[in-house]
Amino acid sequence: MAQRGAPARPGGRGFGGPGMFGMGPPPAKTKDVGKTLRQLVARLRPERMAIVVSAVLALGSVAFSVIGPKIIGNAINVIFDGVLGKGLPAGLTKAQAVAQLRAHGQGQIADLIAGANVVPGHGIDFTVLGQILVLAALVYLLSAALQWLLAYIMAGVAQRTVFHLRGDVEAKMARLPLKYFDSHPHGDLLSRVTNDIDNISTTLQQGMTQILTSTLTIVGVLAVMVWISPLLAVVALITVPLSILVTVLVARRSQKQFAAQWARTGTLNGHVEQMHTGHALVQVFGRRQKAIDEFNQQNQALYEASFRAQFLSGIIQPAIAFLGNVNYVVIAALGGYLVTSGAITLGDVQAFIQYSRQFTMPITQLAGQLNLLQSGLASAERVFEFLDAEEEVRDRVVSSLPAEPQGQVALEHVAFRYEPEKPLITDFSLEAKPGSTIAIVGPTGAGKTTIVNLLMRFYEIDGGRISVDGVDTRDVSRDDVRRVFGMVLQDAWLFTGTIRDNIAYGKLGSTTDEIVAAAQAAHADHFIRTLPEGYDTVLNDDASNISAGQKQLLTIARAFLADRTVLILDEATSSVDTRTEVLIQQAMARLRQGRTSFVIAHRLSTIRNADTIVVVDQGRIVEQGSHTELLARHGFYDTLYQSQFTDPLAEAS
Amino acid sequence: MGGLIRLLRSYLRPYMGEVVVVVILLLIQSIANLYLPNLTADIINNGVAKGDIGYIWRIGPVMLALTVVVGILAIIGVYYASRVSMGLGRDVRRAVFERVQQFSAREMNRFGTPSLITRNTNDVQQVQIFVQLALTLMVIAPIMGIGGVILALRTNARLSAILIVAVPLMVGVIVTLTIFAVPLFQSLQVKIDRINQVMREQITGVRVIRAFNRTEHEQDRFQTANADLTGTALRVNRMFALALPALLAIMNMSSVAVVWFGGHLIDSGQMPVGNLIAFLAYIMQIFFSIMLATFMVIFVPRAAASATRLEEVINTQPSIVEPASPIEPANVTGAVEFRRVTFGYPGGEKPVLNELSFQLHRGATTAIIGGTGSGKTTLLNLVPRFYDATGGAVLVNEVDVRAQKLDTLWQSIGLVPQQAYLFRGTIADNLRFGKENATESELWHALEVAQARDFVAAMADQLEAQIDQGGTNLSGGQRQRLAIARAVVRRPPLYLFDDCFSALDAGTDARLRAALKVEARAATVVIVAQRVSTILHADRIIVLDAGRIVGIGTHQELMSTSEPYREIVASQLGEEAVA
Repeated sequence: MAQRGAPARPGGRGFGGPGMFGMGPPPAKTKDVGKTLRQLVARLRPERMAIVVSAVLALGSVAFSVIGPKIIGNAINVIFDGVLGKGLPAGLTKAQAVAQLRAHGQGQIADLIAGANVVPGHGIDFTVLGQILVLAALVYLLSAALQWLLAYIMAGVAQRTVFHLRGDVEAKMARLPLKYFDSHPHGDLLSRVTNDIDNISTTLQQGMTQILTSTLTIVGVLAVMVWISPLLAVVALITVPLSILVTVLVARRSQKQFAAQWARTGTLNGHVEQMHTGHALVQVFGRRQKAIDEFNQQNQALYEASFRAQFLSGIIQPAIAFLGNVNYVVIAALGGYLVTSGAITLGDVQAFIQYSRQFTMPITQLAGQLNLLQSGLASAERVFEFLDAEEEVRDRVVSSLPAEPQGQVALEHVAFRYEPEKPLITDFSLEAKPGSTIAIVGPTGAGKTTIVNLLMRFYEIDGGRISVDGVDTRDVSRDDVRRVFGMVLQDAWLFTGTIRDNIAYGKLGSTTDEIVAAAQAAHADHFIRTLPEGYDTVLNDDASNISAGQKQLLTIARAFLADRTVLILDEATSSVDTRTEVLIQQAMARLRQGRTSFVIAHRLSTIRNADTIVVVDQGRIVEQGSHTELLARHGFYDTLYQSQFTDPLAEAS
Repeated sequence: MGGLIRLLRSYLRPYMGEVVVVVILLLIQSIANLYLPNLTADIINNGVAKGDIGYIWRIGPVMLALTVVVGILAIIGVYYASRVSMGLGRDVRRAVFERVQQFSAREMNRFGTPSLITRNTNDVQQVQIFVQLALTLMVIAPIMGIGGVILALRTNARLSAILIVAVPLMVGVIVTLTIFAVPLFQSLQVKIDRINQVMREQITGVRVIRAFNRTEHEQDRFQTANADLTGTALRVNRMFALALPALLAIMNMSSVAVVWFGGHLIDSGQMPVGNLIAFLAYIMQIFFSIMLATFMVIFVPRAAASATRLEEVINTQPSIVEPASPIEPANVTGAVEFRRVTFGYPGGEKPVLNELSFQLHRGATTAIIGGTGSGKTTLLNLVPRFYDATGGAVLVNEVDVRAQKLDTLWQSIGLVPQQAYLFRGTIADNLRFGKENATESELWHALEVAQARDFVAAMADQLEAQIDQGGTNLSGGQRQRLAIARAVVRRPPLYLFDDCFSALDAGTDARLRAALKVEARAATVVIVAQRVSTILHADRIIVLDAGRIVGIGTHQELMSTSEPYREIVASQLGEEAVA
């Protein structure tokens, strides 16, 4: 299972997200972007007030942060004016000073002063400077405050939206028919309800705010740049398409290498997984060196792909930094020239340098965010698909089962098929009297487990009738039906938690005594007590700290504790040794006097003592009777039974 | 942290040359980047303020040339950095894989396959990212930071006093953030894992949940986990929501202060105007280097945790080691002998196997039977030396297994494990796993013995039919038969069958055993089984109970001598079979 889900994102949440180092898998394509976006927007509707407020805050915060450098630029102009003014003799007007300088052949300085706000003989006007700087400080503080508020509100928007989405997905699971779980690979389902939701969460958390502010910043900075100096703005903008071009060109190549890197990682992981899982075989069959050779070869291929991917994507950063530096140099030099010619002020050049730096950042950010958005949308689509899946037919409750059912179960002419063209069970009739044990045997694919599915109403029958104590199970709620049955399956399902909790799952609020009694009856008590923490031993993720047989004993204990009227055992003791099985059966017989049981087993010894053995083949009952009756009949069951004792040599000769 | 340093120290060694080149290149880049604002200051002081346009046009190209050089150096730096980081990743992966190949069953169990795979992929990746970052950004951050401070001091020491206030403030914000956010991040990850686990359990356990009417209970469990996760995620994100604007505000306030105090210095003639603008640029640089450092702080603990996990694997010594001077067995007959063999897991209260002694010879089939946990598989695992006995000796081909070369020992064994694991590839690939040069007719013969001929022949591609990883596109019985055929292809002198007939129906089981009897008449055969019918006709049956032999003999003999055996038989064949 470990390999089924999408590979872990090395970027992690909150810090740049997937693809930050180009390590993430290539973003999946969304089939219908428009529809997914509409669904996503609909999900955000409850947050629309917060989003409107955020948009206003973003506008304000961006406007303030954009205007900041311009104000600082004004402050620098005041300083520069002061410097120029101090150098001129006092008492002259500005016009006189300029004329004097021209007369002395200092035309360039004259131009500079003519364009500036200079009072000859006066130094820096600190009153004006102070006012400007207070304004700048206020603007910056306001911008920061707004930015904080914005991020604060948006964190709530994103987290609440994901909270509800998770809740809806979980609630949806309870409404889906079993068929959905059986017909979809668990790995894919899991990845939808876990990885995809995580991905949406990251996209909402980081994406929405940043896309908003990045776009606004680009527009705002552009506007101010044009306002200050259209000429410099054009020069600054030249590098923008260049940066984009470089990014696109390099990214296109590196993307290919990243794809190769992912493919090769997959191949290598496959090899590692196989060699590790089959470790003993690799050793005994003398394949260690071969395994290492193949690993080295694939490892080298992965290295080459990842090196190329890393290098190519690594070029983008210095290339953009280079273009940024070119931009800086050109603006500094050209700006300096323009200041001396009096076309613009020094403060404006300083502001401009800051703006051109501010400009490239949101552009690269936006590119990253769009990538994130793309992968977020693909995830959203997969989650919405899940939410749109067809649900279980609603219960039609017109009757109810007795509070203390007798345990009389009848199947009358039951018909069922999983696929429309392939009838599986046809005209199946069977009656279990209260307190009797019915065993179902037959070859694989005969439909044994299907009968469990139908009894439990995991699937709905296509024809006929199933009744409990004479009440049609379709006339009562599914919950009611399931309250009658206790079920133990071959695939022992245990959850991460203590052994105590796992057994207690069968009955809410059960006492320790009850739990221990159930474990004793299932012959699990002994092994539980050999474990380091006894009943409080925590089973790990796939309960690999106990054996398959032990897992089965725990699920049997759970069913014992639940103490339902009818017990269904579907290959429940297949991994338990036969001696222990006999002991469990004896305990069961004591515990369950007068209770009905359905037993499905491959192992004939498991079912020999059943009151009625039903032999099923191709969805039909071919034989029915007790063990001795069936043996006497010399039919299907007898053949099956006798094959256990055949002498191999006798048969081979 | 120590683990990361140790790992890097040993695996960076082959790349020391490249690392030095990268560091030098980064050093040059940083200095050049720091020098740029200096040139701007010159342009303003000597060009703009004096109206000297010629000066501007002279310095401009110098600046441009500098940026070109920086750009080229950066690309060369990335080239070597990528070589080093990805090369290191490759080397670590290789070291891990080669080490695991030497592991015995004990080490494999200790780590578990999923964990070993994660270590060899995700953990290596974390370290790779860290090295790549270290060799691109991490070196730059301190250089830019310290360089920025030095240049600021040089430009104007008095103005630099602002830094004394600003830098500690920024560092304070970052440290606070780290102290609060890092543990929160860790708990966030735990909570995400938790909620994903609940989801996974709801999918895998859907039948049980519905059967026990526990849907509501599961929903409550989920809602609790969901609310818990959302709460933590909100706290983390709101913390970050405050941090970034705070840092920006500190930087911008510093700029305002620089302009104000700088204005006074300029007015009193202590500093030229251009220096003010350079100073603003330095402040920016210091700010960015601090941000960069913050960013890096996040990666260190992750890489450190990964390095520790990798080190754990690489430093684990296999518990099974090759003998210093191996003995070559003289007679490869497949004979097995247990001499007072005892086996216990470390820390286990009671031994799993207790003083077992028996001999197995060529041409005889020996069955081992016993309840769950009686030690059957453990006994079998001692033969190929997956584990070493803790007492006594196991002999194969009349030589102690610990005195033989592992490959020699394994060469005489045909193993069919309990889990019939198949590899991805064709059926032929899988069958040839044991004997690379086996001919097609040998393969078909083995399939025939294993009762697999019919279903393989029915496949469209027959021997070339593709098998998915683990053999998931085959039924359990088909997998078991192919796994048996794989061992048969080898024609080994010693067969070990570990309960590998369980998915076969009784008829197939019987036919297979009959064919095997003929095929392996010159070999030693050991069969572990749960089904009495599988072992009924064995030449000898060893009955195990709680790690002790409680009966050895034929079925007839044991029926009269071994009570535990009678109980097993009775449990499967009914009382009438015992009577």
